[in-house]
This record gives sequence, structure tokens and C-alpha cells, in this order.
Amino acid sequence: MIEINGVCKNYSSSARIGPVNLQIPKGGITALVGPNGAGKSTLLTMAGRLLDPDAGTLTISGHDISRTRSKDLAKIVSILRQENHFVTRLTVRQLVGLGRFPHSGGRINRVDEEAITRAIDFFKLTELEGRYLDQLSGGQRQRAYVAMVLCQETDYILLDEPLNNLDMKHSVQMMKHLRKVADELGRTVVIVLHDINFAAHYADWICAMKDGQIVEFGTPEQILVDETLSRIFDTPVSCMRGPKGPIAVYY
Amino acid sequence: MLEVQPGPAITDVPVNRQHTASGAFATDRDRHRCWIVVGALVALGLALAFGLLAWGNPLPFGSPGFWRIAQMRATSLIVIAIVVTCQAVATIAFQSATNNRIITPSIMGFEALYIATQTAAVFFLGVTGVVVLKGVPQFALQLLIMVLFAMLLYGWLLSGKYGNLQVMLLVGIVLGGGLGSVSGFMQRLLTPSEFDVLTARLFGSISKAEVEYLPLALPLCIAAAGLLWVRSRRLNVVAMGRDVTTNLGLNHRREIMIVLFLVSVLMAVSTALIGPMTFLGFLVATLAYQFAGTHDHRFIFPVAVLTGFVTLTGAYFVLKNIFYAQGAVSIIIEAIGGATFLVVLLRKGKL
Repeated sequence: MIEINGVCKNYSSSARIGPVNLQIPKGGITALVGPNGAGKSTLLTMAGRLLDPDAGTLTISGHDISRTRSKDLAKIVSILRQENHFVTRLTVRQLVGLGRFPHSGGRINRVDEEAITRAIDFFKLTELEGRYLDQLSGGQRQRAYVAMVLCQETDYILLDEPLNNLDMKHSVQMMKHLRKVADELGRTVVIVLHDINFAAHYADWICAMKDGQIVEFGTPEQILVDETLSRIFDTPVSCMRGPKGPIAVYY
Repeated sequence: MLEVQPGPAITDVPVNRQHTASGAFATDRDRHRCWIVVGALVALGLALAFGLLAWGNPLPFGSPGFWRIAQMRATSLIVIAIVVTCQAVATIAFQSATNNRIITPSIMGFEALYIATQTAAVFFLGVTGVVVLKGVPQFALQLLIMVLFAMLLYGWLLSGKYGNLQVMLLVGIVLGGGLGSVSGFMQRLLTPSEFDVLTARLFGSISKAEVEYLPLALPLCIAAAGLLWVRSRRLNVVAMGRDVTTNLGLNHRREIMIVLFLVSVLMAVSTALIGPMTFLGFLVATLAYQFAGTHDHRFIFPVAVLTGFVTLTGAYFVLKNIFYAQGAVSIIIEAIGGATFLVVLLRKGKL
């Protein structure tokens, strides 16, 4: 469980996030949704200890992230930012192998190699494992990044908009992979999503943010209500029953 | 007798998969290529080193007089080794720490600081004072000033609330420019004879280095470069940027500060020993990335040092024996090195 207690981050007097109080349950996929500037990414990066909160505490499965050693946290929680530009030229396998650093300290042994192979096969990157990252398409590269954090073998995986710049097919593939990560590997995935319909179909929980506050938390069925969504996104939304569960229509 | 059955595999990983490609090299070919490059560089380096010692030695090979002359020339070789180790290792570590492959520590105001202190010394003490202030104390003082400056700058800029690498680099460049202007101003006020003394000090020159500096320079260089090499695996991660480093459980700011401290020691040793060598580190690092064919600093560092040694001994050899101008090695480094760099860049199409 990720417990967020009174967490605040002040960018300026007008742009502040929090105080946020939230409990993200263990297991399954929790999607963070909300309009631009709501503070989803900020909250996620604070939970992944890439950004220090100005106040409040964050606890991940009982470990206060400001007190736990970063080295130990790296075996509990992993985070992938939205933008990834690396100057280092790596193959897919080498990139995924870097995810083993908390376990291997950079000395990759047989156990690490097997974990790397598992992560690569899991994300269907087997054919591409010898390719350099600059030889991949955007969708393939994104998959390689997610494989890297999967390879870290942490219980909690935090992803900041992994569907960014992916087309329909690759978005669906990515979400199916993440669903498998949650269901088959029993990991907890927290993900920032822009498309409410992706959240509705693939997530177990939806957490809606607006103006730096949590405004709704519940199952997709509870969140996909005309009035609720219209309020969150400040735009008229109507929800209807689609062939595979509720869909929000907002155009 | 009980037959021991192999237990079920922990994973469903097919046994025939290659489990080697996650390390430093993507393929065995890359690995072999790297070792061939290392071998070629070692051979070339040895040949050039021998050439420097023996070429134009007036006495017959093997005679005691031959060795005496060779011994005197060996000092230059040690100076070259120290300088290239410092420049190569410092530049690569700096580029990895800042995730930027087109900058060198020189632009952080190191050389401007060296020029400023030397100019200030001549300006305030005059020619007579500068001549008195020579030897190891002056060298140690120069080292100390440069490391202190670097640590103050890095410490101050990286510890603030908005502290980040980009701001640090920018402030470093601005400070370097500022120091350069101050030096330029002071130089204009010097008498021609004072200016002459100063100019001699500001040229990157191997023959300028004093033998008495070596007992201090050599251990510092070995210690700092060695520590960086030992930290190679951490540097591999740090080169991926702040977010990935933190995610993988390293304290990014701490790692950066350690790297920058060691870099400042290396740059201070090199600059205080032979003066500014702006282009060498950049050239050597860029070539080393191409030669090594890996991201792993355990291999990039040695390849870079070897490349640098070959480059610098080659340049020194050519200048000394063909142009009879051993003073200004930096000129040929910039000419030949710059050309090589451009060729590599144009052929590969990227850095």
C-alpha cells in the first residue's frame, strides 16, 4: 500500500499541490487521471522520491520514503518518467540490464541475466534485444523502458504517462502488458493516464485529481458518471455503456 | 544409489539463450574489436614512447650515454602520461556526470581561472616576484586554488533549492568568461617584459613542466583517476541522468559531487603542470567513445587514456623531430586532433 499523508508541493503561491491524503491499495492498476496541471505527475514523482515534498509523509509498504535508504527503496519501488533521453548508447538488453543495478550493483550474474531475459520476453522484445535504442520506433523504445523498470523487480511500479506518443495499437499492447504485470506477476502499478477510457477499461482503481487535490477515488464504475467526469475535466462528458464496459464521450 | 535429478528451473527461460549480451558489449564482435583497439593503441604508444626516447639520440644505442639521454627525455613521457590521464579521465567523467557529450571541464572556468591566477601573480608581484615564487609551493598553491574554486562553485550551485546541472554549467561558463575579461584587462596594463613572461607561462607546453612537480602531480593523478575508474559501474548509471540514477538507488547529488571533486583535482593537476590544453580532453573522449564501442566506463577510461597517450606522444614526436618546435604541442593537437575529430564526426554523422 502507498500511503500519502498531507503531502504538499509549492511551485509558486498560485501553483501548489496538496495537501494530498491518499491510500493506493496494494495490487492491481491504479490510474491517476485529471486535467493538465492537476498535479498527477508531481504526485507520482514525489512517490517515486524523484522530487522532495515540501510537507507531509509518503509511505510505501510501511517504509517512509524520506527515511529509508535510497538503495533499499530501489528494491521496493521503481519509477519511469515521461521523457527519457539518454546520451549513452545502449542496446535494449543493456538498458533492461541497468534495471538490475539495485540487485547486482552493476555486476550482472546468472540470476540477473535470467531476470533480464524474462523481462525482455515478457514485453515481446526478444527479437529486438540486440538493437540499439536509437534503432527502435517510439513504441518499441517505450516498451524497452518499461521492461527496464519491470526488471528491477519491485513490488510497486510507477509510470508517468507511458502511453504518451503511442498509437492506438501500441497503447493497447502496453496496457495489456501492464495488466499482465499486475495480474500474473502480482505487482502494484500506478500509472498516470490522459485518456479516461484507457483508465476505465484497464485500471482497477481510478484516482482523479484537480487543482492539486484528490477529488475522486474509486472503481471505474464509480468514476465514470456524467456529472463526476464533467466536474473533474471542466468539460461536458457523457458516459455510456460500450461493448466492453463504460465509455466516456467528450467530443 | 539415489540419482540426483536437476530441480525444476526457476524460470521458463530457454537454456540456449545467450546470457552475455547485458554487459559492457552488445556482441562478441564488439568485445573483440575493443581488445584489438586496446592492443593496437598499446603497441603504437610503446613505439612512439621508444621513438621519443631514442630518435635523434646522438650516442650509439645501448651505451651508458644513450641511457642517460633517454632518462632525461623520459621525464617528458611521464608528463605526457600524467596530462593525458588527467584530461581523458576528467573529461569523460565530467561528460557522464553532466549527461552532455559536447562539453569539457575546461569550459567550467578552469582554464580561465588558471590564466587569471597567473596573470594576477605577474600583475601584482611583477616579474621579480613571480621568479621568486616558483617551485612546489607555487604548484601546490595553484592546485589548491583551482580545487577550492571548483568545489565552491559546484557545492554552491548544486546544493541550492533550484540547483541543477544546467544552471551550474551556465554559471561556470559565465564565470569563466568573466575571469577571462579580468585577465585580459590586467594583461593590457602589463609592461611588455612582464607580458612576455606571462605568455610563456600560458602556452600549453610539455617541456615547460618542472621535474620537481612530479612527486606531487603523479600520486594525485593516479589516486583521482583510479578512484574514478573504481566507480565506473556507478558512473554507468549516473550517465543515465538524475531520475534513472535515483530510481536505481544511488544518491545522485552525492555521486555528482564526488565525480566533480575528482574531476577538479585532475584538471587542476593537468593545468597547473603544463597550462591550458582546451581541446585534448574533448578530442580524446570523443575518439574513445568511437573506439571502445561500449557504454561501460571500465573500458572507456583505459581506451581514452591510451588514445590520449598516442595522440600526445605522436604530436610531441612530430613537433620535436620534424618541426623542431617542441614548445607548442597544443597547436598540433588542435590541428591534427581537430581534423581527426571532424573526420570521425562527418563519417559517423553523430557524436
